[in-house]
Amino acid sequence: MPKWFLPLTGLCAVMFAASPFIIANADYEATMGLVQKIFYYHLPSAWIFLLSAIVCGIASARFLFRGSPRQDRLAYAAAELTVLFGAIVLVTGPLWARKAWGVWWQWDVRLTSSLMGWMVAWAYLLVRKYGGPGSDKLAAGLALFGMANVPFVYVSVNYWRTIHPATTVVPTLPVDMGLALWFSVACFLLLFVLLLRLRVHLEEQRARLDALYLSLDE
Amino acid sequence: MIIDFDQVTAENVSRHFGRRRALSRISFRAGRGMILGLLGPNGAGKSTMIALLATLMRPSEGDIKYGTHRSNTTGASLRAAIGILGHDLFLYPELTARENLTFFAGLYGAGDARAAATAALEQAGLADRADDAIGSFSRGMRQRVALERALIHRPRLVLLDEPFTGLDDASAAALVARLRALRAEGAIVVLATHDLDLADGLLDSALFLRDGRMVDTVARPDALRSTYRAIMGRPGVS
Amino acid sequence: MPARRSLGEGGFGRTAWLVLRKDLMVEVRSLEIAYTTLFFAISCVLFFAFALVKEGKAPEDGAAGILWIAIAFAGTLALGRTFERERQSETLRALLMAPADRPAIYVGKLLGIIALLSVAELVLVPLVAFLFQAPLLSHPFWLSAVLISGTVGFSAVGTLFSAMLVRARSRDVLLPVLLYPITVPVIIAGVRATAALLEPDVELSLVRFWVALLLALDVVFVTLALWTFEPLMTD
Repeated sequence: MPKWFLPLTGLCAVMFAASPFIIANADYEATMGLVQKIFYYHLPSAWIFLLSAIVCGIASARFLFRGSPRQDRLAYAAAELTVLFGAIVLVTGPLWARKAWGVWWQWDVRLTSSLMGWMVAWAYLLVRKYGGPGSDKLAAGLALFGMANVPFVYVSVNYWRTIHPATTVVPTLPVDMGLALWFSVACFLLLFVLLLRLRVHLEEQRARLDALYLSLDE
Repeated sequence: MIIDFDQVTAENVSRHFGRRRALSRISFRAGRGMILGLLGPNGAGKSTMIALLATLMRPSEGDIKYGTHRSNTTGASLRAAIGILGHDLFLYPELTARENLTFFAGLYGAGDARAAATAALEQAGLADRADDAIGSFSRGMRQRVALERALIHRPRLVLLDEPFTGLDDASAAALVARLRALRAEGAIVVLATHDLDLADGLLDSALFLRDGRMVDTVARPDALRSTYRAIMGRPGVS
Repeated sequence: MPARRSLGEGGFGRTAWLVLRKDLMVEVRSLEIAYTTLFFAISCVLFFAFALVKEGKAPEDGAAGILWIAIAFAGTLALGRTFERERQSETLRALLMAPADRPAIYVGKLLGIIALLSVAELVLVPLVAFLFQAPLLSHPFWLSAVLISGTVGFSAVGTLFSAMLVRARSRDVLLPVLLYPITVPVIIAGVRATAALLEPDVELSLVRFWVALLLALDVVFVTLALWTFEPLMTD
């Protein structure tokens, strides 16, 4: 593990511990009040979810066309984190929606598109786990299609949901430049980098173990 | 651009699947007008080596060279010079012998597909059963069609994986004669088999494999069975 | 010994055509996939009818949804069976060994799947129209446009994924796992466009929008598939 890992982990822990206080001190949102505060975890998670999916897609493309095992490990780790941060988005979203507008699920375009992206990430993990030999390439192919699909999913879901008239209006998430928001983003970004590094490290250990087993056969 | 070459060289070729080493540092050379045998028990890695030579798989380490061309730099043009008869025959059971051969002749660029198919059927001695579905053929007959399919584009390198499986004496003798004819025409033949009696007297060179490792190479082997036993029975061969 | 070999003149198109013709020939012999897929699609439609129809009326837009779900399910079955055939005598390997552009093999197989699904749709559309009193045949041109562009999109991804899975474990269950999340836009667009065509006052601009989306998707997916077919098929 690189030298920066432990100190940054400590920093991350401290930042997350401090985050509730910083969030509590942020401006109160007019219509939703306290409930809106979950947004400070929801939005960064959504961004990191997207970032993780992009990392997975690019690493998959590089693995598929260059064959670099490093990229494969990175893609696998990123896919797992996509599932993790996607889960956070898909839990915090409905919690917020429930309290703010009375319904758990609203077929909101962003939430629905995220759900589809999340399913693709799950499919990636299932293929890796149950696909047998060669499943690393299959998963990489899936990741590429998942990434290419993003605009189509968004557009089709967006136009699809206008057929279902929303009973309440879901506001566009306010991108106010408050300190609380950017602090949370920093927290989640740091967490993402650390988890990614940790997970890639695990895969590297696994690869090293495989190589040792192989050399035993010599 | 069609590639032709005088020899196939494997240099320290290894292939592993995860933790399992299928092949470990195999090196050999096979030239024109030569039949090389890959001999060994089941699981020795013979099929893997054939697949690697056919460019269906890439080696994890090492290189396979076709003349001066390396396997990973040339695609379709290299495949035009390789013919493979797999254990699973690669034939469509629903189609007739003629249809199978015509299809593959066309796909493999053998010139006039129908003419090539008719000639192949003659070669195989199956002209009278040409319009029967492959599914109705015996194993021996299917093997004959499959061999013609593998050779229909007149490849330089001919790869055969367990071609004697399920053949009766007559068919086996016919196959041996065919391989000798190919050798005389200057093809490079690599034959993977565990049938030592049939390979006896046929091979110009034999590579003995066990657990993915090259145990020995013997040029112009005779009395294959006793040679095999002697080599495989050596201590240190786990 | 080896005479002057031709490297498949006319290359790409010829290879694709040969593969397509072979697939059609094999299918015509037994018609196994055609019959079973068709029967399955019809059963699907009936299943949905029993599940959803109340007092003799399907739910709003039910006809469109049922049609596309039947196409998707039948398509998945057909894809699985088609590639199972290539697995049987490892003929896929023989195809890959051809001295031709490998993406041409993909195109040949893709066209075969599209043909098969089109035949299924020829039966399903009248059936759904009949069972649900849906005026599906009122705008044949636009309906064909929707069906074709949707089928191409679904088949493009399906053919690639099925080919990828031929040598994988758990391939039967992994095909839908991979295919359905990716083809969600196809289903949404297909159903919405079909439903729009069933409205008493058809909004053609809406139908045009969905068809445009489907065509864009077809272009992107087929291009991506052609691009990734070779690396995905090499071990």
